[in-house]
Amino acid sequence: MKIQEIANQAKVFWTDVEVAVADSSLTLEFRCKPKEVAGLCDWLFNQQNYHFSGLVVEENAIWELHYLFVGQGEMGRIRVSTVAPLQECRFPSVSVAVHAADWHEREAEDLFGLVFEGHPSMGDFILHDDVWQEGVAPMRSRFDPVSALANRKPRHDWRPKRVVDVPGAFVMPIGPVFSGTEESVHFQLETIGEEVLRAFPRLFFKYRSVEKIAEGRSIDDVILLAERFSGTTAFSHALAFSMAIEQLSEVDVPERAQVLRCFFAELERLRNHLGTIDGICSSTGLAVATSQTAILEEEALRLAGFLAGHRYLFGLAVPGGLSRDFDNQSLRESITRAKGIVRSLDEIEKLLIDTSSFLDRIEEVGIIGKQQARDYGLVGPVARASGYCNDLREIQPYAAYDACTFDIPRESEGDGYARLRVLLSETKQSLRIMEQAVAHLPDGPVFTKSKATAGVGLAGVETPRGATWHWVRLDEEGRLKRYRLITPSFTNWHGFHLAAENFAFQDFPIILATFGLSVAENDR
Amino acid sequence: MSRWVIKGLQTGVVTTRYPSGEETTPGISPGLPQAMPSYDGDTRTLIARCPTGALHRADGRVVVESRRCLHCYRCSRGIAKPISWDSGFEWASIREGSAALPATFRRSIYIRVVDAGDCGACLNETRLLNNPFYNMHRLGFFITPTPRKADILLVVGPVTDHMKTALSKAYDAMPTPKRVMAVGTCALSGGIFGPGFVTGAGVSDLLPVDVEIPGCPPPPLTILHGLLVLAGRKSASQSTKPVSAHVNEEGGIR
Ligand code: SF4
Repeated sequence: MKIQEIANQAKVFWTDVEVAVADSSLTLEFRCKPKEVAGLCDWLFNQQNYHFSGLVVEENAIWELHYLFVGQGEMGRIRVSTVAPLQECRFPSVSVAVHAADWHEREAEDLFGLVFEGHPSMGDFILHDDVWQEGVAPMRSRFDPVSALANRKPRHDWRPKRVVDVPGAFVMPIGPVFSGTEESVHFQLETIGEEVLRAFPRLFFKYRSVEKIAEGRSIDDVILLAERFSGTTAFSHALAFSMAIEQLSEVDVPERAQVLRCFFAELERLRNHLGTIDGICSSTGLAVATSQTAILEEEALRLAGFLAGHRYLFGLAVPGGLSRDFDNQSLRESITRAKGIVRSLDEIEKLLIDTSSFLDRIEEVGIIGKQQARDYGLVGPVARASGYCNDLREIQPYAAYDACTFDIPRESEGDGYARLRVLLSETKQSLRIMEQAVAHLPDGPVFTKSKATAGVGLAGVETPRGATWHWVRLDEEGRLKRYRLITPSFTNWHGFHLAAENFAFQDFPIILATFGLSVAENDR
Repeated sequence: MSRWVIKGLQTGVVTTRYPSGEETTPGISPGLPQAMPSYDGDTRTLIARCPTGALHRADGRVVVESRRCLHCYRCSRGIAKPISWDSGFEWASIREGSAALPATFRRSIYIRVVDAGDCGACLNETRLLNNPFYNMHRLGFFITPTPRKADILLVVGPVTDHMKTALSKAYDAMPTPKRVMAVGTCALSGGIFGPGFVTGAGVSDLLPVDVEIPGCPPPPLTILHGLLVLAGRKSASQSTKPVSAHVNEEGGIR
């Protein structure tokens, strides 16, 4: 169904709902009273098949809450928005009907001090209760860091909640610092010995308050943050931020820049997937495969370094295009090199699917069903391995993706092996897009200068790990009033526990590796 | 299984010749802006382009405080007279009063890595030291999960509030003699994140840092250079020493 028809239906069911055009005819804002939000979100999510992508809370002169939905093609994007006076801190919880909103509401409680009535588990989340007291609400405008630090009342006796309640059950804590070169995160493994019944991550050890730091900063400053809060997917996030700013400046990004943006986004995807595949091989102890894929990952990094100067593509995407141009000859050369990488990966893949000891470890491990993936609004390769597909390059194309031909690999089993297969196939599709980009690269500039005006920009990009949404509110001076980052790692960590139920202890690193999540991208 | 062995053998040796030979393959390093004895453009414009205050001026000279550099390329792209660029990677500097580990350690050194809030890039470059291209085992460096076995504490990230306890505990659990290596701009100065209410201004807020590795992120070879400095097998870089030693508050050279 088209977005306009859905809007008409909504107006019939909810007479109070006002429909406004947000930034284009494909993005509508449904304005309603706080008490109607849950019902409206429930209807969009459960009846109209919209994907829930996130919650944006803003403290302006009043509270503004925006629940974001995205659909396929002409279904467009919908924001369910509600307002309330600032002294009103209680809102009905949406997550009862739309479970995907669960962590978003917990975050808003922790950072803004909002209460979501009916939400089952508030409390320790972003600010850890053993380090901070409740009610700090650092994202509130009245927040004063000096007095917050001076009046710190940590609860040293704080212990995480136990979920499993059977005789003989105990908790095995892992982290935040654990083996080798892993990112800092803590896990509670609830076990009765050999078998782990449930495993829950405790995140935000790396919380750097990126959204807070961005407040009051200029666009030039914030793009540095956008690029560096998750360095392994820097280009995609810098692109999303740039696109959000471009909405506010109504600039026409040159064709050449749009095509090159696809090229570099796919190079990043290829490199990221090689890293994840390497992690999977290493988690199963397959030494030769690990070093073989590691070689390919390094080759992809060198390719990026050779081409763009920076191995992780820092400093490349900017609002208005790209910071530099590339000569066609080195782009063609890089295609040859990328082909070599994908060809070698192909050989490794053939060996992998022939290695039964490897398959035994990843098959039927960490299963997530399609319905679960949808309920949790999972994104990226993790969702596609469970048959739930919401790739923004396909459903809401940006840059030059609508001019590219490519497949979006998907599987149905939802286990570790399915996730690996999706990653492997996606590297081939990335190469395919890169080839098309270079073959049809238009001439011309790669940058248009422009000036952004005050307002709200919202852009979605399919990063290697899945959809990200960057919400930017710019004030009259061209400074950021609000920068909201919805990231695929945040979305997918929420569903991680689904894959970590009733498994053998030694499978834990494998389940973790097949998710390929970033902690930095989650914690922000 | 044997097919894996063959696959492995077919690949041959890809390992870098560094540190005994030179390594100049394109793409191994993002490079660093370099101090310029004479800059013939407008110094003020150049310095104003740097978002982190990493560039300073002194009698026509441009000096770079590499520990603040974020690799944003604003001093090299979109500007008439770009700054000169050091395409190497031996940037590890040693803090005054610090020294390499005693000679008895030098053939087998254990490293404990702690992520104190990095963006994923510094940690990934560290992880790649085990990659066949770099293969740090051949040089006697090993990553250990237990601080009690570790000689070097390698820290990435600006040190977030929530990681302070875990980081101090790891340091305290290490036997002496021990060394601390701060890797990446965030770990050196807090980078773009700190200091703030939940983010520190780098590792030296909490622990005595011995070796500093600039870069955002530093490539694997720079981290390797730092390890070799601590092993007493390479000398430290002089050019990436903290400029603050010579620069006063206003940004002029003393
Ligand atoms: S590349 Fe480094 S020195 Fe140059 S402007 Fe950016 S942060 Fe400053």
